[in-house]
Amino acid sequence: MNASPRFAAGATVRVKDDWPERRGPCHIRTPHYIRGRTGKVVRPLGAFPNPEDLAFARPAPERHLYHVLFEQPPIWNEGRPGDTVMVEVFEHWLEEA
Amino acid sequence: MAAPPRAESLALLERLVAALEAKGIVTEAEIADRQANTDKASPETGARMVAKAWTDPAYRALLLSDGKAAAEMMGVSMAGAPPLGVLEDTATRHHLVVCTLCSCYPRALLGYPPNWYKSFAYRSRAVREPRAVLAEWGTMLPDSVEIRVVDSTADFRWMVLPMRPAGTEGWDEARLASIVTRDALVGVALPKA
Repeated sequence: MNASPRFAAGATVRVKDDWPERRGPCHIRTPHYIRGRTGKVVRPLGAFPNPEDLAFARPAPERHLYHVLFEQPPIWNEGRPGDTVMVEVFEHWLEEA
Repeated sequence: MAAPPRAESLALLERLVAALEAKGIVTEAEIADRQANTDKASPETGARMVAKAWTDPAYRALLLSDGKAAAEMMGVSMAGAPPLGVLEDTATRHHLVVCTLCSCYPRALLGYPPNWYKSFAYRSRAVREPRAVLAEWGTMLPDSVEIRVVDSTADFRWMVLPMRPAGTEGWDEARLASIVTRDALVGVALPKA
């Protein structure tokens, strides 16, 4: 596994707009509602075996996990400005924004 | 409540356990240990942790930095359990925990999640309209308080450290713990003096 996390606290990141569900059987821990959305890294949470491999009993290399914060209103087109949702997202789902 | 298990389900379970034992993956004793720990787990332990954090700044710091260590100090075995993260409510921020993908919950500490926590309605609505969901629980937050919904999607489990309510000055830990409910530990309710 890479020694240090790619993103630091405060980094702006975009969740990949990717839908592996359309390509075949998979187990994804990235919720649909944040795909393609931009958020801010709150902090790296450590590295954990990739659940996308674990679910199929494949060797599961560790991936960095982050707490990423998103504003709620842009996601749902409703809600109170300033309300947020914080999600655990693995590094391979994040890109610089 | 769930229906009692069917005979064929029990037979299947026995064969599965036997196969896991034969492969050296798990032993009957390990399963019994885990069951005993799960049965011991209870929201009351989480409530005692919150009450101690309200009265002991050093314990509060430990709880926020290493939830598992803070739980172990209360006599809970967290061996093999996922990391426990603790979310600190403030005068301007309230946390609400949900698992939109399944039903992740700090079971090792708090025991089984309530049925509503696993319901499709809670999982889909808490993340989209948290203020409406909280209002239905009778939890009204002023507009000056930001709601931070925490979607428990991966390897951590999350518990809320609520604010100590006014009117509890001078209370001891046991009395403070008595107002911290299971629902307050995931943020759908607030402790009330």
